[in-house]
Amino acid sequence: MKIVKGLYYSEDHEWVKVEGNKATIGITDYAQHAMGDIVYVELPDEDDEIEAGESFGVIESVKAASDSFVPVSGTVVAVNEDIEDDYGVLNKEPYENWIISIEMSDTSELEKLMDAEKYEAFTSEEA
Amino acid sequence: MFPYMPITEQEEKSMLGTIGLDSVSDLFSDIPENLRLNRRLDFDDTMSEYAVKKHVGQLGNKNTTTNELVSFLGAGTYDHYIPSIVPHITGRSEFYTAYTPYQPEISQGTLQCIFEYQTMVCELTAMEATNASMYDGASSTAEAAMIATEGKRGNVVFVSASVHPEVIEVVSTYMKYRGVKVEIVPVKDGVTDFTSLEAMISKECAAVIVQTPNYFGNLEKLEPIAELAKANKALSIVNTDPMSLALIKPPGECGFDIAVGDAQGFGNAMNFGGPHIGFMAVTKKLMRKLPGRVVGETEDTEGRKAYVLTLQAREQHIRREKAASNICSNQAINALAVTVYLSAMGRKGLKTVAEESHVRAAYLRKKLLETGQFEAPHTQPFFKEFVLKSNIEVSKLLETLRGSGILGGLDLSTASSDSKDHILICVTEKRTKAELDAYVQVVEGLR
Amino acid sequence: MNSRPLIFERSVDGRVGHLIDRFEESVEMQIPASFLREEDPNLPEVSEPDVARHYTELSTLNYGVDTGFYPLGSCTMKYNPKVNEDVASLPAFSEIHPYQPIETVQGTMEMMYDLSLLLSEITGMDEVSLQPAAGAHGELAGIMMIRAYHESKGDFNRTKIIVPDSAHGTNPATASVAGLDIIEVKSNENGEVDIESLKAVLDDSIAGLMLTNPNTLGLFETQIEEIAALVHDIGGLLYYDGANMNAIMGQTRPGDMGFDVVHLNLHKTFSTPHGGGGPGSGPVGVKSKLIEFLPKPVLVKKDNGSFDFDYDRPKSIGRMKSYYGNVGVLVKAYTYIKTMGANGLKKASEIAVLNANYMQARLKEHYKLPIDRICKHEFVLAGTGDPLSQVSTLDIAKRLLDYGYHPPTIYFPLIVDSALMIEPTETESHETIDEFVETMIQIREEIRVSPDKLKSAPVNTSIGRVDETAAARNPILRWKK
Repeated sequence: MKIVKGLYYSEDHEWVKVEGNKATIGITDYAQHAMGDIVYVELPDEDDEIEAGESFGVIESVKAASDSFVPVSGTVVAVNEDIEDDYGVLNKEPYENWIISIEMSDTSELEKLMDAEKYEAFTSEEA
Repeated sequence: MFPYMPITEQEEKSMLGTIGLDSVSDLFSDIPENLRLNRRLDFDDTMSEYAVKKHVGQLGNKNTTTNELVSFLGAGTYDHYIPSIVPHITGRSEFYTAYTPYQPEISQGTLQCIFEYQTMVCELTAMEATNASMYDGASSTAEAAMIATEGKRGNVVFVSASVHPEVIEVVSTYMKYRGVKVEIVPVKDGVTDFTSLEAMISKECAAVIVQTPNYFGNLEKLEPIAELAKANKALSIVNTDPMSLALIKPPGECGFDIAVGDAQGFGNAMNFGGPHIGFMAVTKKLMRKLPGRVVGETEDTEGRKAYVLTLQAREQHIRREKAASNICSNQAINALAVTVYLSAMGRKGLKTVAEESHVRAAYLRKKLLETGQFEAPHTQPFFKEFVLKSNIEVSKLLETLRGSGILGGLDLSTASSDSKDHILICVTEKRTKAELDAYVQVVEGLR
Repeated sequence: MNSRPLIFERSVDGRVGHLIDRFEESVEMQIPASFLREEDPNLPEVSEPDVARHYTELSTLNYGVDTGFYPLGSCTMKYNPKVNEDVASLPAFSEIHPYQPIETVQGTMEMMYDLSLLLSEITGMDEVSLQPAAGAHGELAGIMMIRAYHESKGDFNRTKIIVPDSAHGTNPATASVAGLDIIEVKSNENGEVDIESLKAVLDDSIAGLMLTNPNTLGLFETQIEEIAALVHDIGGLLYYDGANMNAIMGQTRPGDMGFDVVHLNLHKTFSTPHGGGGPGSGPVGVKSKLIEFLPKPVLVKKDNGSFDFDYDRPKSIGRMKSYYGNVGVLVKAYTYIKTMGANGLKKASEIAVLNANYMQARLKEHYKLPIDRICKHEFVLAGTGDPLSQVSTLDIAKRLLDYGYHPPTIYFPLIVDSALMIEPTETESHETIDEFVETMIQIREEIRVSPDKLKSAPVNTSIGRVDETAAARNPILRWKK
């Protein structure tokens, strides 16, 4: 499974890229592999406020539909509508295609997430 | 032995041998002793087919059908003609003994029929997506209210008092257990009172539910209601008789979000109220919110066009407690009847049935008003049903008509204080001029 | 590429499928122009022979119980007797309007009343409502009644329903639709509810427990009495999912096991046709403490022996659907129960269980049987049990299509990996069962020596495997010109 260094990871198999106060979020290779072909992603609206652990939408594949839980709290500043043209890009290049971008309200929440090494250990255990 | 069970006593013994047991009762040895039913079930033993058919036939003979009584009853169940081709197709056991088409490779029959059904419902309602059908019009209205109130959307739905009372009851049952309040919008002159609706509506309202033709048979003005709902971020839901959509402007062209209703009148017998067939048609935006089964077009590995159940990830067997609805089955055979009926009738035929129902209703209404024994309580356009206020007590009127072999309509007297001596009369294309004139004659005889 | 046109693609302007009489007098349309649609809906224009051929051809692309063996676990695909169909289509039953005066429908009402008594006796419940339109609908009524019961006692704290991890998806979905939360409990190695897990979650926030018995592994919950006592002790109620009723008719009854509310699937246990997805019927039965909550109206027999509908039910959960139930389905189930009789229904369960155990005994030599004990009317295999196999349960199912069979239920229950749930029912012959077992053995051999036969299956059907991803990514749900 591909894991990219320099990103934070959640137990729900999301990656988080942090730039200042902004957190950009996507799903990991492990997630896309477990789900199978992704057919639809329900996106939140811009300006929605969400708390860490809340569901911000649903990712549907042919055989499953999983809630997407947001790893950090804040306000949604952008959603990637480009993926609507072909959700398959999330399967093919999960790290190159983000899903939502949040203005964080509490950066200390990042401490609860894993780094690349810890995530690698985490996924080997789950497998 | 038993006609439906091929295993013989001999075969039983040999099979028990393979399993390694002595008797059939050993197969139930894991049932605790005190839970065993140590007596026979308390009803009769096996009957021959002849005896059963006779017995059930005798029960049937205690009914009086709409072949023997000329019916002017409507209110959600309609006596439209069913072409013979319909039961000949729905009676094919390749259709009715099949299971849900989860294995598309051997179910292209069912799947293509549903795809055709979905297309027809979309054409009639002018909506972009519909499901493979639901239990009935009332529960599909309740499921539409569920879509409107799911998640953070809001916890009040407005329902017009001109919606069929049983539909209102079912919506109320579903909403009660979800903590959603149902508020009734009053009726004025036989249709939804728009002024009241405007005054009542707020951003807390999740949905506005109306019906057209409504319970009284009157046509509602849909466009302003859709606009008002949209302005308040509420979903607009209309319960409609799809037969009327052959003539009147469909919900999709009036700006509605969801169209629901019952398509029993298209090739399905009245059957004392069921099984009928609910439909739900939505805009593209709501497509992924559709409950129940949905058939989509795709290709197989050889590039051949094929049909398959799709968007299944939303359904109960995958989403489980997160599913938007618990619905599992659809009314597949009823949907097939609808599809065959609409194919046989066709674009022009369906319009003719609708027109004929309307003009016959218009004729009867006019003639009844001319007798001087009735007044028109509403001044609204209608489709195939209308309400009249009777100068004769309705129960007496209906009794007299019954004596002449006529089921004169539905007595609305007890429904509310506003409808004292009101009667709801339905006329379909089956009612001949002679039958209509006979109704009028009985009324004249009561002067 | 497409050799099978849609009915719309057969349409030719001017063709007529049906003649309708026009009214003799000229009557003007009284609908104002502003209400009228501008363009007719685009329905096809075809002749009656076109309709006959089109739908007859489509029927040949289907597979029903009348076509062949259908060992779908949890669906009970038993034979649909034809006398049931004939009786249901008699005008005496079908040409009745639901609002006819009650005196004109006494025959149907007597049939419904008798049916409710028969179902009460079979299940050991005190009263049955025939209103729900399907199993899931009956479940919804049942859970609403459980809520109503607790709330009537002023207890608004009971917001949770317990389901086993082996439960059918409708169980948690239903609880959720009824506004309750779900707690799952584990099954033990014997395939039954783990009592310790259950004890750990029982408290006064529990409204009830939903179970089926035998469970979705086809195994009888031998500890049901203890389970019932535990749930009742904390004030909860017990709900029985009647999907597996075909295993126990005449042997034991949910009412006697301690269940408070039960739903039945007439289209499973009681032989009414599945219809390609419906219509079904899901009567719900209750113990006396829940009678006041039944859906309204309630069918009653008056002192003078006549039948009526009682609307005066202040504590009722309300209506579940319009009118009274799927009467056209009820009459088929009634006819079936009268035909089979008390002895016939008991025999049906015995043979259903015999057939399943026979198949299990023969197939466990070739496939993995995770729990080896006497099953009831169905059993679950866990694929080949070979972790190195490239062949999945889906591949096995698709290969069965090539041999002319509908495959068993796959990937359910979720607690068994690569599950194949097999339910033969009692209406299958010894030869049919043997032929299927031999086919499964042959497929096991194919998995060893020529797995690509499975990977590329099916090849003998009208179409091959379909692209489900494309169908879900870009849903095309209708034809457009």
